[in-house]
Amino acid sequence: MTVKQLSVFVENKPGRLSAVTEALAAADINIRAVSIADTKDFGIMRIIVNDTDKAIAALKENGFIASAANVIAVIADDKPGSMASIMKILYNANISVEYMYAAFLNRDKGSACLILRVDNNENAIEALKDADCKLISEQELSEI
Amino acid sequence: MTQRYWNEKIETMELAEMRKLQSERLVHQVKHMWDNVPYYRKKMEEKGVSPDDIKGLDDLHKLPFLSKADLRDSYPYGMLAMPLSECVRIQSTSGTTGKRVVSFYTQHDIDLWEDCVARAITAAGGTKEDVVQVAYGYGLFTGGAGLHGGSHKVGCLTLPMSSGNTERQIQFMMDLKATILCCTPSYAAYIGETLQEMGYKPEDIPLKAGIFGAEPWTQAMREQIESTLGIKAYDIYGLTETSGPGVAFECCEQSGMHINEDHFIAEIIDPDTGEVLPEGEKGELVFTSITKEAFPLIRYRTRDICVLSRKKCSCGRTLVKMTKPMGRSDDMLIIKGVNVFPSQIEEVLIKDFKAAPNYQIVVDRVGTTDTFEIKVELSDDMFSDTIKDISTLEKKIGADIQQILGIRAKITLVEPKSIPRSEGKAVRVIDKRKLV
Ligand SMILES: [Zn+2]
Repeated sequence: MTVKQLSVFVENKPGRLSAVTEALAAADINIRAVSIADTKDFGIMRIIVNDTDKAIAALKENGFIASAANVIAVIADDKPGSMASIMKILYNANISVEYMYAAFLNRDKGSACLILRVDNNENAIEALKDADCKLISEQELSEI
Repeated sequence: MTQRYWNEKIETMELAEMRKLQSERLVHQVKHMWDNVPYYRKKMEEKGVSPDDIKGLDDLHKLPFLSKADLRDSYPYGMLAMPLSECVRIQSTSGTTGKRVVSFYTQHDIDLWEDCVARAITAAGGTKEDVVQVAYGYGLFTGGAGLHGGSHKVGCLTLPMSSGNTERQIQFMMDLKATILCCTPSYAAYIGETLQEMGYKPEDIPLKAGIFGAEPWTQAMREQIESTLGIKAYDIYGLTETSGPGVAFECCEQSGMHINEDHFIAEIIDPDTGEVLPEGEKGELVFTSITKEAFPLIRYRTRDICVLSRKKCSCGRTLVKMTKPMGRSDDMLIIKGVNVFPSQIEEVLIKDFKAAPNYQIVVDRVGTTDTFEIKVELSDDMFSDTIKDISTLEKKIGADIQQILGIRAKITLVEPKSIPRSEGKAVRVIDKRKLV
């Protein structure tokens, strides 16, 4: 139960983020979640879209370097302590989180969606399911 | 294994005897130039030298240099030393810097050129049993004509393919069982990749050796070509100005190229002062052609930077060896007091990534300190979705560059195709320093 995430290499210079989003818009891609990790010179833009393969093709055509990875999308109650409990579940299961960010995938108010990149998807999914966390599938994602 | 030579007497000649031969030929050549090339005679007069001052090799340093600028000034006939009616051929450079060089040949010149190439083919293991595929361009370019002529001379079955049309190259290679491939190293690498993509394994390919030249290539590239094609890859050196490929060639030791000293005297000079440097020192390679009739250049500055060595070679040849050119004296950058050639950076990039990505060196000066940055275009293979992996890669390139050059460079990874191209080639060096 993972979702696909798109990663794009962007140089830290004016106009690059706009070029990425324009390339996606021109291919009629809908952006569901986005996060940017950056250093002084470059950044990696991580994006959840409605059609990852089409988005990668569109970006490559525009000269970008892009790849896809499987990440976990987990629903957290929109209240204090819910993120802490998810982190604790993963910590107890000996999973390390490489990065995470919030997504605009809320179907209803009162909940938030976290995108997690972990070192072991399988174990993380098992631990989260055992703790009754709600995960979003690729199928559900495309229907939102 | 018995080592074969094309011309054993010359290729294994004692140094003293070779120097004697060179001296005799030099004296004769200087006289020939003085009598027939007013342009060079004038240069000699300006330097206060006459043919009487040149009694042998030890007097070579008294003679004026020739450079590409002289060839430009004297274009097209100014350096011609024989009547046109005695000339049978021209060859020419592609003329990327300034006007092209046009070199003239008498039949004698063609014969000695082909003889030099025959030595190279023999050193690469070629005999009349071999099938030589010449995939250098034919025409004005010396690559096709040179290897073609040498292959004929050895008696090999010669496939005059010229360059391009890779599908046809591969078909002929397979159907006619080519055993020696001659082309530019980049084309050899491309043919290798294509064969690999088509599913051929090195052992399916009939080739046993390759003779590659006409452009700079690195040891890493040699290894890559050797493993994809399952061959031994030999280097060959030459310039249109000095007839073409075959001035120097590699033997089985693959550790530098033996110079055909009976035809060409090699010197290494300091590119700034013109002073002759002792054996083993790095400097600009200078050639004097002592047997050519139509277009004999004396002390021609190649701009190639290399080292000469007379260390005993296991192949038995006594001919002096030159290293692969490490760069061009006009490409050489001095950064923080260190000589830097783009080819050294390319070598590191090939080592770190298997294939060299496009890169650009940016040098600037802040106050009195040079800044040195290398921009490297990221490829799909280098990309990872974590900052950590990309930063590790950046650090590794930086560390490898520092190890090779001894100075630190700032490595910046950039997006594909973001380095400006000029006529298809990435612009390799930007030197913003204003030295006043
Ligand atoms: Zn040797």
